[in-house]
Amino acid sequence: MAIAKIWVVAEPADGGLTTTTLELLTEARSLASTVEAVTWGTTDVSTLAGDYGATTVHSVGDIGDALPGAPVAAAIAAAIAAGQGPDAILIPTSYDGRDIAGRLSARADLPVLTNITGLDGGDALSTQHPVFGGTQIVNARFTDQGPGIFVIRAKSFTPEPSGGAPAALATLAVPDLGATNSASVAARHVEERSGPKLDEAQVVVSGGRGLGEAANYSMIEELAKLLNGAAGASRAIVDAGWVPYSHQVGQTGKTVKPTVYLACGISGATQHMVGMKGSKNIVAINKDADAPIFTIADLGIVGDVHKVLPALIEALKSR
Amino acid sequence: MVAMNVVVCVKQIPDPAAPQSLEPGSHTLDRSGKLILDDSDAYGVEMALQLAEQAGGGEVTLVSMAPNGETSGLRTALAMGAAKAILISDEALKGSDALGTAKVLAAAIKRAEPDLIIAATESSDGYTGTTPVQIAELLGLPSITFAKSVAIDGSTVKVDRQTEAGYDEVTAPLPAVVTVTAGVVEPRYPSFKGIMAAKSKPVDTLGVADLGLDAGAVGAAGGRQEITAVNDAEARAAGEIVVDEGDGAQRIAAFLEQLKLI
Repeated sequence: MAIAKIWVVAEPADGGLTTTTLELLTEARSLASTVEAVTWGTTDVSTLAGDYGATTVHSVGDIGDALPGAPVAAAIAAAIAAGQGPDAILIPTSYDGRDIAGRLSARADLPVLTNITGLDGGDALSTQHPVFGGTQIVNARFTDQGPGIFVIRAKSFTPEPSGGAPAALATLAVPDLGATNSASVAARHVEERSGPKLDEAQVVVSGGRGLGEAANYSMIEELAKLLNGAAGASRAIVDAGWVPYSHQVGQTGKTVKPTVYLACGISGATQHMVGMKGSKNIVAINKDADAPIFTIADLGIVGDVHKVLPALIEALKSR
Repeated sequence: MVAMNVVVCVKQIPDPAAPQSLEPGSHTLDRSGKLILDDSDAYGVEMALQLAEQAGGGEVTLVSMAPNGETSGLRTALAMGAAKAILISDEALKGSDALGTAKVLAAAIKRAEPDLIIAATESSDGYTGTTPVQIAELLGLPSITFAKSVAIDGSTVKVDRQTEAGYDEVTAPLPAVVTVTAGVVEPRYPSFKGIMAAKSKPVDTLGVADLGLDAGAVGAAGGRQEITAVNDAEARAAGEIVVDEGDGAQRIAAFLEQLKLI
């Protein structure tokens, strides 16, 4: 038995949809008879969404310089109020996804479950969430009339096309938003990035407090570059202002699942491990033999990062 | 310049350095032990203090929902320089979800009539990450989340907002809700003078009835969700752990080679 209809909030990106969106569309197919997408902007995503199982794309259209949170949430809330909503709404954990989820929850007076890494189907959905650094999994569900709002972490599911026909396009009306829509984007800055995105890289080299000082993070960047990977960081050094929040891996940062994750000078706080435990291989360098990171490392070097990293960089350069 | 009043939402959470546990039955986080100011909120408090100072004065008011009339985290933030606090504490709020919490905080914030509301992007214990935006919607205000930098220009707030690709410059007319990421500013250490002054700064304690809220809309019942099971996650076994004897780098290189990455 499945639920009747799921709406997946489909986040536009680079002329298509985000990878997390495709992950949610894929999962939604196994949970509901009908899967539809809700989106915004000017790009026509009907072919892509259809290829991943959506039969209709509801769009609020061009939002101009506004942030998507208020208009998309209000449009979904209005559809629900008009009896035209779904039985469940899946939303990617992303900057805009969280805005949409929060505003929708408040506007429609519906509770929200977030930080979801798994879903179980049936007459109603139930959720899985990692807690205590991912050492335990909590199962949860809504107890009242829906639709339920589910905010799901990246890389919880594997995206797979269904080869479906292009979805039908429908307009989703946006009601009056008042001051909730008064934020506007004045300029958009794309960070120059050499190398792969942190959450897409096959190799991630990450640094933590054990590096000693901000200047030593350059070793992390150099090693990442030599391995054609991305540079990441523990929350500790982001808090300390050594690197920007965009580098953060963990509960409150990015979830990464690379082929190799190199944790350098990272102790392995539980909230960090949540973000990288799914890596296929983990290498850790830390001078403390009792550091929790060693409990999940496939190869652990108990040693000084200030010695091991330069030696590793040299070894790679001379190949 | 006109003085600006800022509200900062702060959470008092179980000390992360202490062992955490779930309550039997509901499986919600056990909040019966020592509660301290969430680290994430130190950034919000600092940001608020700086913005109020830059605006030529104004008050920073803390708003917090906590069990058992807890104030220790509030005193920490008051010691940093916040002027006063509004604490909502009520047995009926036990087990509140994010939306219920947002309803409570929004009702309290309304009384303070701020120009700007600041919060962390998410708490360190619950990390639902939706409460500040839920508050904004309930109050009919704009919100800008994941701020890397915040500035006030007259009656407008200007934020550099984190995005997947980099950052956007986003503006909103005041009043507005802004959430800040960790590391956005360096929180000041409370001075001894600040700590002493904090002891006598006003903390206004309110209950659900004072805010005119329906008890059925908050607390565990208002949450309309439940935890059905808690299980250990699949443990990931450790592999080979060796002490570096000058060969650590070579071992790593060999490991990477075996994976055909180099």
